[in-house]
Amino acid sequence: MPNMIAIWMPNFIMSYLGSTVTPGEAGSQFWALIYVLIIFAGVSVAVMSMNWLERKALAHFQIRLGPMRVGPHGLLQPIADALKLMLKEDIIPTEADQFVFWIAPLIGLLAAFTVYTVIPFGPSQAVSDMNIGILFMLGVSSLGVLGVVVAGWASNSHYPLIGALRSSAQMVSYEVAMGLAVVSAILMTSLNEKGTGTLSMIGIVRAQEQQGIWFIFKFFPLGLIAFIIFAIAMIAETNRAPFDMAEAESELTAGYHTEYSGLRWSLFMLAEYAAMIAVSSIAVTLWLGGWMRPFVRLLHGPSWDFIFSLFPGLTFLGLAAIAFVGVLRMPAHSFFKIQKIGLAAFGGLLGFIALMLLVIAIAGRSEDASIGSRLNESIGYIYWFLLKVAVFMYLFIWYRATWPRYRFDQLMRVGWKVLLPISLAVLIVTAIVGVLVA
Amino acid sequence: MSAPTGEDTKNISHLAAPNRENSNRENSDRGETEGKNVGGNDLTFANPDKTYLDSNELIINMGPQHPATHGVLRVILKLDGEKVLGTECIIGYLHRGVEKIAENRTYTMFNPYVDRMDYVAAVSNGLGYCEAVEKLLNVEATPRAKYIRVILTELNRIASHQLWLGTHALDIGAMTPLFYTFRDREEILKIFEKYCGARLTTHAFRIGGCQYETYAGFEKEVKNFLIFVAPKINEYETLLTTNRIWMERTKNVGVISAADAIALGVTGPVLRASGVKWDLRKAQPYAAYSEFDFEIPVGTNGDTYDRYLVRMAEMRQSLRIIEQAVNGIPEGPIMAKVPKVIKPPVGEIYHSIESPKGELGYFIVSDGSTQPYRLRVRPPSFVNLQALDVMVRGLLVADVVAVIGTIDIVLGEVDR
Repeated sequence: MPNMIAIWMPNFIMSYLGSTVTPGEAGSQFWALIYVLIIFAGVSVAVMSMNWLERKALAHFQIRLGPMRVGPHGLLQPIADALKLMLKEDIIPTEADQFVFWIAPLIGLLAAFTVYTVIPFGPSQAVSDMNIGILFMLGVSSLGVLGVVVAGWASNSHYPLIGALRSSAQMVSYEVAMGLAVVSAILMTSLNEKGTGTLSMIGIVRAQEQQGIWFIFKFFPLGLIAFIIFAIAMIAETNRAPFDMAEAESELTAGYHTEYSGLRWSLFMLAEYAAMIAVSSIAVTLWLGGWMRPFVRLLHGPSWDFIFSLFPGLTFLGLAAIAFVGVLRMPAHSFFKIQKIGLAAFGGLLGFIALMLLVIAIAGRSEDASIGSRLNESIGYIYWFLLKVAVFMYLFIWYRATWPRYRFDQLMRVGWKVLLPISLAVLIVTAIVGVLVA
Repeated sequence: MSAPTGEDTKNISHLAAPNRENSNRENSDRGETEGKNVGGNDLTFANPDKTYLDSNELIINMGPQHPATHGVLRVILKLDGEKVLGTECIIGYLHRGVEKIAENRTYTMFNPYVDRMDYVAAVSNGLGYCEAVEKLLNVEATPRAKYIRVILTELNRIASHQLWLGTHALDIGAMTPLFYTFRDREEILKIFEKYCGARLTTHAFRIGGCQYETYAGFEKEVKNFLIFVAPKINEYETLLTTNRIWMERTKNVGVISAADAIALGVTGPVLRASGVKWDLRKAQPYAAYSEFDFEIPVGTNGDTYDRYLVRMAEMRQSLRIIEQAVNGIPEGPIMAKVPKVIKPPVGEIYHSIESPKGELGYFIVSDGSTQPYRLRVRPPSFVNLQALDVMVRGLLVADVVAVIGTIDIVLGEVDR
């Protein structure tokens, strides 16, 4: 019996490896679980690095240095913060609804993380290729508002309540414009011989591959307008500046999470950043070609493929170089010795990753079914996808540094009177143009 | 306004509004949405107790610990949803009894205390006090001292406005201007530090003139600062003046008419933004202001945006004044002939100056001894704060924050 398991297990595990579909589609629970764990760990790390990046970038916008003390250039600050938040006293106000207060951050967190099951990092690099992927994604991500509303209500306090009310109204109104913008992108997927579109996230990117154009440029400027509407709505959807009315520090102290502290508060933050990455992923999938590398049409052929496959390695090489420049620029004082060593080690790690990636890119440049080639391909998909998401993440920080906050009624006016009519018009015009083209 | 008591949250029924026909509501571009809420009638002002659909009012404490109240102001808000039905300011959390302290200190000893009132414009406070006592003593500062006073006071005006701009923008949600303004304010503080050793509560002036001669290179540094800061003011304006969100957040928000402003005793940029050309530097020139050529910027609508523009223009006018003063600074002594022991004759005096926040007045009663019999300060922040309720009725919670910022209060001065 154990013998049979010993044979069956590896077979079961290996059976998926040659496949070109997602583990969900291949029916491999084991690999689905592995993917889920990888994504969970990856998103958590991404949130932590985003935390550091936001503080650093925001600081440099504002002629400050940002975190500098914990680790070289404050690199260990997110870890220190996470430890601090975990060790803090867990306060539940006496007047609060204990159970609801307890469950609210979890709702937000679950909603934010569940979305990742359908995000296609590559044609087979997703947990599942649901045929209603985008619908699922919009539905689950809008559950996040429930966490906010419930948190505001359970706190039994005025400021959180106002924050929760603002948030619910805001998210509901912006979802409409967002949904219509998404529909116009989905309409574009139906421009094929069969005339049928798809709601599958992978299908949407495949449609862009087949048509050889990112939907942001499709029917110019229709795709662009829809994309901009989505890009605005997604900021409101994730409660980020300039639409951060639910938190509005200067008005509502901290909005819906005023009464939260320690670990629970950090769960809200985790959910917020995870949701930011998730909505950016939707935007990338729908309009920016998902995992496609830029200039697929213009610069094609094996040599161009090879050049573009060097990008991941070169990126890490650049990061390593930045780290080493940081080492060189460190003051010569003995106080900085440990920081210097730490930064050098970090740079070395980045350099090592860069080396590995470059080796894979060179080893896997042939277009066969060897492991190296497939690995090279996957790295390319994930790299381009994440790079596009990273651009959005930077934009989130940039917006926050630049703009004042909208007032609640102005936000509503923008949502209902500006974005909604435009997105409706774009939808109708896209449909007409689509029919004419077909 | 009243002193803090335990009962004030329960009992704010006396927040009945005056029947204000020309209220901010008419100017508000949000009239159409709100008008529907209340059935087209201006119920907010005619009948402040009535809420939309007779829903329950929410009474909420903004402060004393709140990020946007600039210290320890406590505003009790009566809300219908997000709409403000009435406000009440509770002050006194920073009360230190400055006026009473004055009665137990000699005139010279009390001089540093005034710096602690409006601590972001300490130089102006000192100027007002010194000039009031000088008036009482019937001495006049030397011309050179007057010029030094003007330069430092105007530098302080810029510093105060920069701090106001940073915090005001932060209240409205723009984080970044705060750091820019603090970077540039630092240069002013450096000049203060070099001049008298202190950065914030400077105690720069003495009764009869100035204690310190300007340091070597003072004029050059001030001139360099003028060259440095003019483009920086443009930089702030680039971030805010034509920013859509900034305009929407500030235009037609917290409107106060000229008549109301005068009736409430509002002074300073808040009054000028309502279109009243009243600046004590021109109306009742003190120090050396009559010798300089500058304009009084005025607004038209009396809204938050106009107050912003007026203050920005004032910074530029201050630069003009400083430039003229530095170029024309006369030689001579910096201290007038003042007796060693200051013992003013029996009498009373009121002297006021245009501080960055408005009319800062000192009323001193002398009984002929070395200590004032009574000293009363007319703080601009305290008087201007009265206008808060008039400005925010019918607006939203977010506007309360914007209006508190635009009045530019310093709680050290409000509570004294």
